[in-house]
Amino acid sequence: MHKMHNTPLGRVFDVFNHIVLILMGLVTFIPFVYVIAASFATEAEIAARPFFLVPETITTAAYDYIFSTNTFVRSIGVSVLVTILGTLVSLLLTMSMAYPISRKNLLGRNIILNLVVFTMVFNGGMIPTYIVVRSLGLLDSLWALILPVAINPFYLIIVKSFFQNLPTELEEAARIDGCSDMGVFWRIVIPLSKPVIATFTLFYAVFYWNDFFNALLYISDSAKWPVQLLLQQLIMVANVDFGTMDTMLTDPPEESLKMAVVVVATLPILVFYPFLQKHFAKGILLGSVKG
Amino acid sequence: MTQLSMKSKKAKNDVVVSTSQLTNMQRILRDKWLYFLLIPGALYFILFKYLPMWGVLMAFQDYSPFRGFWSSDWVGFDHFINFFQNPDFIRLLRNTLILAFYDLIFFFPAPIIVALLLNEVRMQFFKRTIQTLVYVPHFMSWVIIASITYVFLTTSGGAVNAVVEFFTGEKINFLSSPDWFRPMIIAQVIWKETGWGTVIFLAALASVSAEQYEAAIMDGAGRFRRMWHVTLPALRSTIVILLILRLGNFLDQGFQQIYLMTNSLNRDVADVFDTYVYFVGITQGMFSYSTAVGLFKAVVGIILIYGADYFAKKMGQTGLF
Repeated sequence: MHKMHNTPLGRVFDVFNHIVLILMGLVTFIPFVYVIAASFATEAEIAARPFFLVPETITTAAYDYIFSTNTFVRSIGVSVLVTILGTLVSLLLTMSMAYPISRKNLLGRNIILNLVVFTMVFNGGMIPTYIVVRSLGLLDSLWALILPVAINPFYLIIVKSFFQNLPTELEEAARIDGCSDMGVFWRIVIPLSKPVIATFTLFYAVFYWNDFFNALLYISDSAKWPVQLLLQQLIMVANVDFGTMDTMLTDPPEESLKMAVVVVATLPILVFYPFLQKHFAKGILLGSVKG
Repeated sequence: MTQLSMKSKKAKNDVVVSTSQLTNMQRILRDKWLYFLLIPGALYFILFKYLPMWGVLMAFQDYSPFRGFWSSDWVGFDHFINFFQNPDFIRLLRNTLILAFYDLIFFFPAPIIVALLLNEVRMQFFKRTIQTLVYVPHFMSWVIIASITYVFLTTSGGAVNAVVEFFTGEKINFLSSPDWFRPMIIAQVIWKETGWGTVIFLAALASVSAEQYEAAIMDGAGRFRRMWHVTLPALRSTIVILLILRLGNFLDQGFQQIYLMTNSLNRDVADVFDTYVYFVGITQGMFSYSTAVGLFKAVVGIILIYGADYFAKKMGQTGLF
């Protein structure tokens, strides 16, 4: 950066500024460190020490326990399935709808665009949507976690603008070679859109993994709970029946067990975090460009 | 100049003519594959966006799940009148407005301040490390955030209460105290979103040229004058747009966050429109009444959004649409 003359006051500010930022970084990150540490600690230690960053005795009892229960393993399975399937469905629907509405001479394009934008400012709300989902017979089906939220209209508009701004030369060349609209879409547009696909894969995947609202509304059968709903029941309602039959332990480690579930529910986000940070920043800036 | 623009106008007209020579039917046939691609997405919007919009008519019915939409009785504005006469209405409005107001006062400026602080850091490695740390909570679900809040604030062994007890000798039951509900919600939002909120401001700051700072230095401006006269004005339009967007969504408190922190002891101050709709509609099964509540909120919301857009355009901003 450019060289600046630093006054004594400026130097005091610099010191103060760095301290404030370090504190902020610690305050945001340390709670996660504590939860990870506590998930590896014994029950006695969690009860005795309100805060620590490294447990005195390290034990994996909590993890052994949760991974030995059907309830937990199943909920992870549900979350993984919904995240993968949901992301695929969302990408397919978003891309295939964004392409036609990015073509300027499509009859009815403006009507469709306006109808899409209108859903961003007004919607039927929770109860009418619930009634529709119920009438379609989707209650207690994992499809209820995917179909009602399959297209995010904001993402759709961003992808549409992206398609609109693609260079037209390749497309025209393909048409001269006899490619149909379908061919252009699959062979030219999709391969050119890899960066945008990567960004929205992450956007949708994070949404599906983190989603709790739709499970709360539509899934009452606890055998189909995703991990977020299981965690909420475990910590806030405390009525999760892990089943007495599916584990060898008679006395489950209660507190560290909660921490272990938090850690496992957080893990995919932390693992993909470097990609998330990069692509989400790009997405937010894409979004600030008007369609 | 004029000739050139005449020429391009003519070229444009040519394209228009070639499309408009086709009848609508011919255009549809020409684009049949495009319409084919449109079908799944269109079905989604019809089923899950427009069908529920039509379903808001339930608000004017006594909808019975057994009789269905078609044979339920129509009751006009009864549910709305009941809602407005219900003490719940004032309570919900109060809770929603207070939370929205606190959010605006305490949360809204936070990312701006942090972006200004980050902008003053000259060590890039330090800056990037802090950014990496403070962005993390944005990607966590509200369930995770609420769980961590419970772990830290609980009176049975939570770290925060250990500190409180050390200084005051007694514990505070943050999680079920009505007095602490609003500070807790705002603190959660600040903790989760401040870091990420800086992204858009830092992007705006990246476009400030070094020359502007150099010019300010030449004019004898010190550190703080540069922040005040160069950095802050660079953020002005971003701040205005985000403020307008926020006012357009004034009634939207995050359902998940509020729902997760609500319990029977703080319910009085916790209930906002969305959570009320859920409790009354889904758990108590009063479908028509709760749809009326939801519709009321949605209509006020749409007025706020278009109002905000109108103001934005009046102030010379580009507006939202």
